[in-house]
Amino acid sequence: MINPFRSEAEAYRFLLVTVGYFAAIAIAALAIDKWAGLAVFGALTLAGLVYVARGRRSEPPRQQVPSRQGKENERRILVIANETVGGGPLREEIRRRSEGYDEQVFVVSPALNSPLRHWASDEDNARAQAQKRLNASLTRLREVGIDAKGEVGDAEPLQAMEDALRLFGADEIIISTHPEGRSHWLERGIVEAARERFAVPITHVVVDLEAEQEQVR
Amino acid sequence: MEAHAEAHHGPPVANQSSRVDATTLGMLLFIASEIMLFGSFFTAYFFVRVVNGASEWPPHPFHLPVFVAGVNTVILLTSSFTMHWSLQSIKRGNRAGLQAGLVLTLCLGLTFLLTQAREYSRIGFAPHDGGFGSVFYGLTGLHGAHVFVGLTLLTFATVRAFRGHFTPEAHWGVEIPGIYWHFVDVMWIVVYTTVYIL
Repeated sequence: MINPFRSEAEAYRFLLVTVGYFAAIAIAALAIDKWAGLAVFGALTLAGLVYVARGRRSEPPRQQVPSRQGKENERRILVIANETVGGGPLREEIRRRSEGYDEQVFVVSPALNSPLRHWASDEDNARAQAQKRLNASLTRLREVGIDAKGEVGDAEPLQAMEDALRLFGADEIIISTHPEGRSHWLERGIVEAARERFAVPITHVVVDLEAEQEQVR
Repeated sequence: MEAHAEAHHGPPVANQSSRVDATTLGMLLFIASEIMLFGSFFTAYFFVRVVNGASEWPPHPFHLPVFVAGVNTVILLTSSFTMHWSLQSIKRGNRAGLQAGLVLTLCLGLTFLLTQAREYSRIGFAPHDGGFGSVFYGLTGLHGAHVFVGLTLLTFATVRAFRGHFTPEAHWGVEIPGIYWHFVDVMWIVVYTTVYIL
């Protein structure tokens, strides 16, 4: 996020840019006429906007390498899942990947919310729902003998992963989604974005909850 | 092997995401509120200017001391330089530079404020002399109030600097007044250019 007042040094730089910007406008307006001043104002403002937009686009994604926190034979797995957090394929994948290791599993359940409620800071219900899903998931993982902890995360999955990695230095990440066509995360390219952003192996697990429910019936 | 969700006793822990850190968010909200405040005054200024429709600005018989205000602008810009110097000094462990920079910034800021007060006393019109008088005193007075707040913050920082506070690692008490001081300068550049020059 661009904030010219993040530090004193940045604020000082912003002041110098402001001086140059207004000096150019004033010189054009006084030396030629007010229309020249207006033209300089327009040109400089446009140039500034283009500079900011290009700077943002060319910024390489920040690749984050979580610090290793565990013992030699320990496997630290970060799981990120929304409604699919209790899905069978996810449990099976976690069990498979932790086989032969002293596993530490950390499950993050993003507090999915509507944009309107998010901006109104009305997150209580979303967090309560996410907590319910998380508790159910952790209980099922315990049933198959997997050591797991968890927390409710940010509604934005990439942010939730980043938050969790700060506390839990994972060896790998498992992202669980609905199948293609029903998953908002896949539509938004969350898995690819996570692979660019985090320097740990990332496994994508598809959980078809409808098919699972059909099988139960 | 044991599974458990994070359990808390007492009131629930407040959710805190790292999407925007607290200090950045605070500064963003503060700047947004300041922009809205100054924006409302600038709106009033341009409204008066456009509605007035006079070929010359400021309208007859008002006259603004552009040169004195220009000198005052240079004084304020110099104070930003000394502010930056003081912070760079403490970052390098130079306490004398920090103290000298803060004292100079304080003196220059005070000079700016006194010059503005002197300008008010000799300018020849008052806030109740029409729309122009109102918006002129409103804008420059609002900025003057910000300078006063900045000087108060700088006074605290200066006293603390002379009492041995601040180190190259911990100088948040100078950084924050510094950010505020530069913001006040930025606003003055906008005020001076639009009100006095253009």
